[in-house]
Order: sequence, then structure tokens, then C-alpha cells
Amino acid sequence: MLEIKNLHASVEDKEILKGIDLKVNAGEVHAIMGPNGSGKSTLAEVIAGQEEFEVGEGNILLEGEDLEELSPEERAHKGVFLSFQYPVEIPGVSVTNFMKTAINESRKAQGLEDMPANEMLKKIREKSEMLEIDRKFLSRSLNEGFSGGEKKRNEIFQMAMMEPKLAILDETDSGLDIDALRIVANGVNKLRSKDNAIIVITHYQRLLEYIVPDFVHVLYNGKIVKSGTKDLALELEEKGYDWLKEETAV
Amino acid sequence: MDLKEKLVSSFMAFEDGLDLDHPVHEERNIAIKNFETKGFPTKKDEAWKYTSLKGLQKIDFSIFPKQETALEYKDVKKYFLHDIDTYKIVFVDGVYSSYLSETTHDGVDVCLMSSAFSKPMFQQVIEVYFNKAASKDESLTSLNTAFSKEGAYIYIPKNKMPKKPIQILHLATGNEAALMLQPRNLIVAEDNAEVQIIERHQSLTSNEVFTNSVTEIFAGKDAIVDYYKVQNDESTASLVDNTYISQKDSSVVRVHTFSLGGKLIRNNLNFYQNGERIDSTLKGVTILGDKQHVDHHTLVHHAQPNCESHQDYKGIFGDSSTGVFNGKIIVDKIAQKTDAFQQNNNILLSDKSTINSKPQLEIFADDVKCSHGCTIGQLDEEALFYLRSRGIPKKEAKALMMYAFANNVLESVRIPELKARINKIIADKLGVRMGFDL
Repeated sequence: MLEIKNLHASVEDKEILKGIDLKVNAGEVHAIMGPNGSGKSTLAEVIAGQEEFEVGEGNILLEGEDLEELSPEERAHKGVFLSFQYPVEIPGVSVTNFMKTAINESRKAQGLEDMPANEMLKKIREKSEMLEIDRKFLSRSLNEGFSGGEKKRNEIFQMAMMEPKLAILDETDSGLDIDALRIVANGVNKLRSKDNAIIVITHYQRLLEYIVPDFVHVLYNGKIVKSGTKDLALELEEKGYDWLKEETAV
Repeated sequence: MDLKEKLVSSFMAFEDGLDLDHPVHEERNIAIKNFETKGFPTKKDEAWKYTSLKGLQKIDFSIFPKQETALEYKDVKKYFLHDIDTYKIVFVDGVYSSYLSETTHDGVDVCLMSSAFSKPMFQQVIEVYFNKAASKDESLTSLNTAFSKEGAYIYIPKNKMPKKPIQILHLATGNEAALMLQPRNLIVAEDNAEVQIIERHQSLTSNEVFTNSVTEIFAGKDAIVDYYKVQNDESTASLVDNTYISQKDSSVVRVHTFSLGGKLIRNNLNFYQNGERIDSTLKGVTILGDKQHVDHHTLVHHAQPNCESHQDYKGIFGDSSTGVFNGKIIVDKIAQKTDAFQQNNNILLSDKSTINSKPQLEIFADDVKCSHGCTIGQLDEEALFYLRSRGIPKKEAKALMMYAFANNVLESVRIPELKARINKIIADKLGVRMGFDL
């Protein structure tokens, strides 16, 4: 599904990603962990096409196609989805209308007609029920005045609506209480299938109790320094990141 | 001959056919003298520091509109808010068009200034209200007063409300190479009356038009007046809009100004609060491109205690467009418990666009709440990325953000069809089609 080869990225001449290699197959869930400032969010945004970053060496391939020349919207049309750590507020545009626009723009890019209104409504109803989202919430302005938890739940609702091939969840657990975390994780688990892949970026092992990854990678100082199974997450939880820093320093 | 000389020397010709014994004519005489003394404002005047009328004065404007030019409704329909029923007062090159208009005297008067000036039944209202709120000092207002003859006359008696909103439309046909228009409107809503008015100036060709308009609005006790100014004209049309509003106890007056097109627009919007518990709202959305220029000069004069004012102006400036916001708030010593709020937010889309924003607060009372804020920035890149990452193309994403930026001005528009129309104009201007009605 996703293949990243020797990826380098920098912002304002400061190199943040220093040669990332990562292969994610369809049907897999990968977790990326690591201390603050290690480059996790940068990696997520570079995959989604944030133009603020200068991509140097390396490639990002989605189903064999190089994404380098593609804009963020073109990547979205090809099935890349990023759940933001800090979703943006858009006053005056309801969640429903925002989703209609997003879905129909993607359909347009694929040469499809707009989704019929009744089909759209049915889908919205289905997905919002899955994430236990109140109907009233859908007519509110996008993210405006939402609590941290509501914003994150709304991100996963958008993911459910857009049915991406590759979803990257950037610290979706931050700001969530335990009940919200469970609902969000259940939603994500229902969206797992043999045809899509999910990358979960998190600081803590907590989320991974609910969304159980197939692989765990540790990102440190712009490189993946360790990869393993879900047991690696437990090890990190227990020992913290300091031992890794020492290990990589040697 | 420059424009000032031309105007002054035309005054005698203008007097032909007017009732020179009418009390209003004395006002015209005084006004032309004031204009003759002061002339057009220049950049040396503090209030005109950023807006120059020099270029306009070089143009050879026709001052007297010729006879009514017949226009087919279908050709100008798009300038009306046509999806709802409204009263209409329409002028073509400054001349009233009975064919395009729909006036009434059924309980309320929705008609013409020329009738109000000439018919005895309106004389009392004219005596009480005409030129009572407008400045006697400001030279362009004086110029308009001197040539005041035609415009919209709206009189809503006590406890009345017209059955439908009223549209005032000024069309310019381009039959003259360059035309100067000076409409004069009088709107009176007596105690507990209510009215909704939409005003638009529209040029039909790219011939030069210069409109110097004066509107006086009087709101009686508990009256509610909503006034919407749609400024989306051709890039050869200039407008100086002088609006004077006088409010009595517990009245509510809301003025929304949508400045979306034109060559030079200057809005002088003046509120005088002559009572207690008054609510004044001034909102504006300005979206400009090319070399367009819009200057909003607002004044809210809090002259009595316990009143409120809310100002919220949003501006988006692209290309080499320029904007000015100057918001003056005066709070008299006796106007305790005043709550005055003013906000002006701007987005600059290009390196060549500029905005000059200046709050001007003169507060003489000591127990008041006055707040003001001004921001100038660019479109938030992170937000843009967020929208694009959802598959929304850059252009549409930018439009959505601009819409969101202007939204809280639009949400207080109380005529849904007008709101939809403004949204459509904005979407057209931004060159986008949203998958839903904004």
C-alpha cells in the first residue's frame, strides 16, 4: 500500500526527517511512537502533502505511484487521509456541508457524479451512529467551539465518510477521555479492512490497547530507530524513551 | 472647467422648474454656498487622507440626466432580488422609472422624493425630517443637498410595517460617456415601526459613473430598521455614500454594507443615538481585487446613557486593491453605561494590496465599556492544508476560508434570499462553485 524509501524532509533548511524507510501493506496497522520533536507529525504531514516541508531525497509510493508531484487534494483523491492533531475551525460551514463538499470533490476528481443526496444522508447517518455522534452536532460549524474530544471524534467521522485507503491518525488520542477514546478506537477498528492500511501516531501506549497494531516503529531524531510488534509499545511504556536515546547515541 | 466649477455654475440651471419658495430650497441655497466655499475634500483633510477624488474631478461628467431610458425588466432582472416579492423604487440615470418600480401608499409610503417635495400631503414630514440628520458642514453632503431633487422616500407610520422588503435600485445605462448622480433618500420609521431596505447602485456599461448619495434614516422609539447596501458595481463606477442615522429610545438600526466591486467606494456611515437603550449595528464585508478602493468611515455618536453599538467589518484584499477602515466612536459625558464594540479584521491576499485601519475613540464618560480590535493577516496556511487534505482543491479551499472569515457578518442578514444572493456574488467573485449553498 505505502512504501517510503529513504525519505528526507526539511523546513527552513532544518532537516527533520533524515532517511525514513517504511513499508505498510494493505490490511495492516502500524504504530509510530517516539518522543516529542522526533518528527512524527512531520512524517504524517509530508505523506499528506503539506507544502511547507521541503522533500529532499527519497520517495513516497502509494500503491506503487510516486506522490511527490501531487498536491494535498490529489493525494486525498487517491485515498490518503490525515486525522489532524489540531483540526482547524471553519465558522459558517456545517460538518455535513463540509463532508458533502469533500466527498463530491473527490468523486469529481475520479470522474464520478455527485453522490445522490439520499445516499449521502444515509451514509452520514450510518457513520455518525457508529461514532455515537449526536445529529445536532452535524449541523454545527466545523470544529467551531468543539471540545478537544469532539474535534478528534469528528476527524474519525470524516475518515469514516471518506473511506481512505491509507489513514494516518496523528495523536488522535490526545485530548480524549477514556470513554471517548474507546468510542473513537471502536470506530477505527470497524474501519479496518484487508483493503486499507492505518498508521497510528501516538505518544502513549494507551491507544494501542484499543487499536492493536501489527507493527510498532520508534521514530527518533528523524529516523526509525527500532521496529517490532505490539510488545515494543509495552516496552516503551515501561522504560520510557531515554534508553533509546542512549542506544542511538552509541 | 473642473468639476467643482461645473457643478456650481450648473446650480442656476438646476433651479429651473423647481419651486423656489419651497422651504427646502433655502436649504439648497445654503448647501451650494458651503460646497462652493469648501470644494471637494482633498488628501489634506484628515478624513480623506487615504482616498483621493482627484482623478474623478478630471472627468467631464454630465450633471443633468436626460429623459428616462426605457429598459426591459428582463435585461436588468439580475440586479434585483427577484426571488421574493418586494416594493421597488428604481431610477434609471437618476430618473424615476415607473415601469420598473412598484411603490405603495397603502398604510405606508414607499415612493419618490420628488413627490414628497412637491405634494402638500408630505410637506409636514419633509419639514420635520429633511436635512435634519445630514451634515451641514461636510462638503459632499452639502453638494448633494444643493442638488437634492430625486431619490427614495419611505415613510412608515407608527406601529406599521410594510408587507414586504423595499429595494432601491439606481441603474446607470451608459448613455452618457460619464454621468454624475446625486440621489437623495429619506427614510422615516416612526415609533414601533419596522422596515427592511436593500439599496444597490448598478452601472450597465463600462462608462464612468460617479454617484454622490445621501440617505437620512430616522428611527422612532422602538422602531427597527434593517438597511442593506449592495455595492458590487463595475470597475468604472465610483460611489460616495453618505448615510446619516438618527435613533430614538430603544430603537434598533442595523446597516450591512457589502462592498464587492466598484472603482472607488467611500462609505460615510454616521449614527447618532438621541435616546436611551438604543442598539446600533454596523457590519461590512469587503472583498476586492484589481485596483479597487474602498474606504469605510464610520461614526457612532453615543449621546445618551445605556446604549449599545456593534461594529464588525471584514475585509479581503487581493491584487493591488486598497482598503481603509476608520471607525470613530464618541461617547458624551452623559452617555454612561455605553457598550461600544468595534472590530475590523482584514486578510491581504497579495503583496501589493494594502489596508489602513484606524480606530478613533473619544470617550468623555467614565462608566462605559468600549472595546476595539483590528487584525491584518494572510490566509492561514495550516487551515488551507487541512481543507486540501480532505480533497478540496486549493481555489475552493481558499474560497471556503474566505467565506468562513466573512461569515459572522453574513449570519445577521435577516432576509435569507439576500444572504443567498450575497453568497452567490462572493462565490462568483472567487470563481468557485460549492457543493452546497453557502
